[in-house]
Amino acid sequence: MIHLVKRPQPSRVWTAVTPLLAVVLTMIVGGIMFAALGKPPLEAIRTIFWDPLFHPQFAAYSRPQLLVKAGPLILIAIGLSIGFRAGIWNIGAEGQYIMGAITGAAVGLAFYPLDSFIVFPLMVIAGALGGWAWGMIPALLKVKFGTNEILVSLMLVYVAEAWLASVSSGLLKNPEGRGFPGSRNFQQYDAGANTEVIAGTGMHWGVVAAFVAVIFAYVLLTRHIRGFHIRLTGEAPRAARFAGVNPGRVVIFCLGLSGALAGMAGLFEVSGPAGQITIDFNSGYGFTAIIVAFLGRLHPVGILLAGLLMALTYIGGELAQLMLGLPGASIQLFQGMLLFFLLATDVFTNYRLQFGQGETA
Amino acid sequence: MRETLLEIKGLTKAYPGVIANSDVSFSIGRGEVHALLGENGAGKSTLVKMIYGLVKPDSGSMRLNGSAFAPQDPHAARASGVAMVFQHFSLFEALSVAENVALGMENPPKPRDLARQIREVSETYGLPLDPDRTVGGLSAGERQRVEIIRCLLQEPKLLIMDEPTSVLTPQEVEILFQTLRKLSAEGTAILYISHKLEEIRSLCETATILRLGKVVETCDPRDTTARQLAELMVGASFDAVTREARAPGAVRLAVHNLSARSPNAFGTALKDVSFEVRAGEVLGIGGVAGNGQDELLAALSGEIVTRPEMVEFDGTPVGGQGPEARRTAGLLSAPEERLGHAAAPDMSLTENAILTAAAREGLMKNGFLDWSGARGFTEKVIKAFDVRTPGPGTAARALSGGNLQKFVIGREVMQRPEVLVVNQPTWGVDAAAAAAIRQALLHLAGEGAAVVVISQDLDELMEVADRFAALNEGRLSDIRPVQGLTVEQIGLMMGGAHDMEVAHVEA
Repeated sequence: MIHLVKRPQPSRVWTAVTPLLAVVLTMIVGGIMFAALGKPPLEAIRTIFWDPLFHPQFAAYSRPQLLVKAGPLILIAIGLSIGFRAGIWNIGAEGQYIMGAITGAAVGLAFYPLDSFIVFPLMVIAGALGGWAWGMIPALLKVKFGTNEILVSLMLVYVAEAWLASVSSGLLKNPEGRGFPGSRNFQQYDAGANTEVIAGTGMHWGVVAAFVAVIFAYVLLTRHIRGFHIRLTGEAPRAARFAGVNPGRVVIFCLGLSGALAGMAGLFEVSGPAGQITIDFNSGYGFTAIIVAFLGRLHPVGILLAGLLMALTYIGGELAQLMLGLPGASIQLFQGMLLFFLLATDVFTNYRLQFGQGETA
Repeated sequence: MRETLLEIKGLTKAYPGVIANSDVSFSIGRGEVHALLGENGAGKSTLVKMIYGLVKPDSGSMRLNGSAFAPQDPHAARASGVAMVFQHFSLFEALSVAENVALGMENPPKPRDLARQIREVSETYGLPLDPDRTVGGLSAGERQRVEIIRCLLQEPKLLIMDEPTSVLTPQEVEILFQTLRKLSAEGTAILYISHKLEEIRSLCETATILRLGKVVETCDPRDTTARQLAELMVGASFDAVTREARAPGAVRLAVHNLSARSPNAFGTALKDVSFEVRAGEVLGIGGVAGNGQDELLAALSGEIVTRPEMVEFDGTPVGGQGPEARRTAGLLSAPEERLGHAAAPDMSLTENAILTAAAREGLMKNGFLDWSGARGFTEKVIKAFDVRTPGPGTAARALSGGNLQKFVIGREVMQRPEVLVVNQPTWGVDAAAAAAIRQALLHLAGEGAAVVVISQDLDELMEVADRFAALNEGRLSDIRPVQGLTVEQIGLMMGGAHDMEVAHVEA
């Protein structure tokens, strides 16, 4: 018989090893899956993890893409992780991301064609406020009426998608777009464009914001009393109240912060890589960021690395579809495996295996 | 000598890393009231679990009535005539007494017959109980009767009772003892587990004392002093708590007509509680568990916010303030539940020190935490209160209950509070550590702080308190000086026998 025995305290070794182990296990099982699909497994793994960075032909295009994809994932995941640490489950970052993109873009389009340095910062602020406001809905409902933030924030994603469809063919439609849905393109409006900070690297302002968010979250969680109270709320809610933490305020802070960061990510995306508001503007970053947050163990530095890894599997996955003809669903399965194995191996951080006869009492 | 009922020979049980029982041997005679005495972790629970069939021994044997006895499970133990009343009741509040009793029986009779049997047994043994009443409306003492009657209906030869008096008032204890004496006179042996020495001396005729899993002594408790028993339990002599003479000073904490609803659905509301505590004084608040102790602590710590004037600290109304503001001013508290309330289980001791000491010990500047300062403060607490742990980085849940309790109390005491409120300060702590904690509380009062000790341990309250009051259904009794207070008076303050009639026992 095999038993799980709780460790007296979490193992430091396992905390560090589990993400690596999860990646290795994903490669092995993913390889088996690719082989079963009749594709060369080693080549597929290499195409996903190696070629995007070092392929002589494609790397020049795909390397900058790494930061372009990782930026919003990290920015959103940092916000989510702070809430998750407090036991507040914002599942609706996708909706806050969309609303941030809409409000930010709306401000930018309102100034069009004004050419002033002030336009872009105003758009960023408006994007953050849009995401924040969308996050406040589940926050206030939870504090005032005790609703479940998981359900409310998730449902609001679909409301946000309806807004997106509405404004892209209505309020924000490009008046010069010959009737096609979609807003003006920010890449043709310099004052409102999210440009690369260092040309050719993919590092736009959103990536800079993501790095700043990582540092901010690290300092908050490890050095500041507010971060300590957030962790305490997640670990032991009663002890947090005893320490003097107001649980309602933590809910409002966490949902507001994660909403604002997701909203900013949406604005950076719409004014940069995406360029314009369209019906299918959102691409699931808000949901993938949940995986990134957990893959990074809800730790800011871990999330930075996890965001880069996740972006790599995105780009590599696209490459593998293109070059090896792997079905898109198998790439999603591959990414799902990563989270699955992480959560599975995570058990060993707090438990160890014991073989032999166990106690019943 | 009585005829032997249960003979235990060389019972040994080891868990990974700890030997719970090592070569334990003793015997219980027919109709004997036998005490099993020991500190927390001495192996009492493991031993009775082996007798009741919940745990299988690694080695050793038992004989019941002369034949080999090795119960596979509690069913087998019950079938052989062993019954047990647990410390924590397993009753369904929404069901009636009879229904609860039926649920615990192997072959329950028809409801009408069962009700008749319950009435018979309850009258015979002086445990009046109406089988049709709903358990939810019963007092703790009456609930215990349900458990006892459930056992008695099986006509046991051996009745095991695990800490039965921790939920009873002195009057209820006396009723229970009369029942137990009658059972004993009829030939039922009783294995009585407790750490309350005076109780054992008045009830039991033999005591087996366990220390670190081994039998250290079997004696007649009636011929042994409580102090000798305590030293046998602890294995060393320890300093008795001493009081420093002091004159009470100004009123530091005043509570005026405090009424508050419990945040917990099953909690007890506080009703019109008033008291004052002066500098240098210890106020002891007793009462049976669940009569508003948790709520009173929460209202004083700031977890329950009330009208400002209901709680006054040094003349300032603080009832409307949260925990942080009260703590900064010097009104500190330590709740009963260590893990999850007083401390976060998965956080390190240093982080748990930050939990209450951040503001008062200057461990943060502009909200930024001073981790090295926090570690220093944690080490001070560990050293001053003899907390056994590898170091300040250890997770709170890795500490034993007693050690964590020392840390939790130490964390507050080391912050030099002006007023300290503690709930069950020595619950689950060994005798030597309990004495050290009580001494620290008295020392604090000696230096001019006002101390409120909420406890269910009357001996503890008599030892540390200057004045005593009891909580009963959320109301506070009159406050009386401890000096000259009799057990009878204390019992009446705690609510007496909760309207249970004292039965006529013809033993």
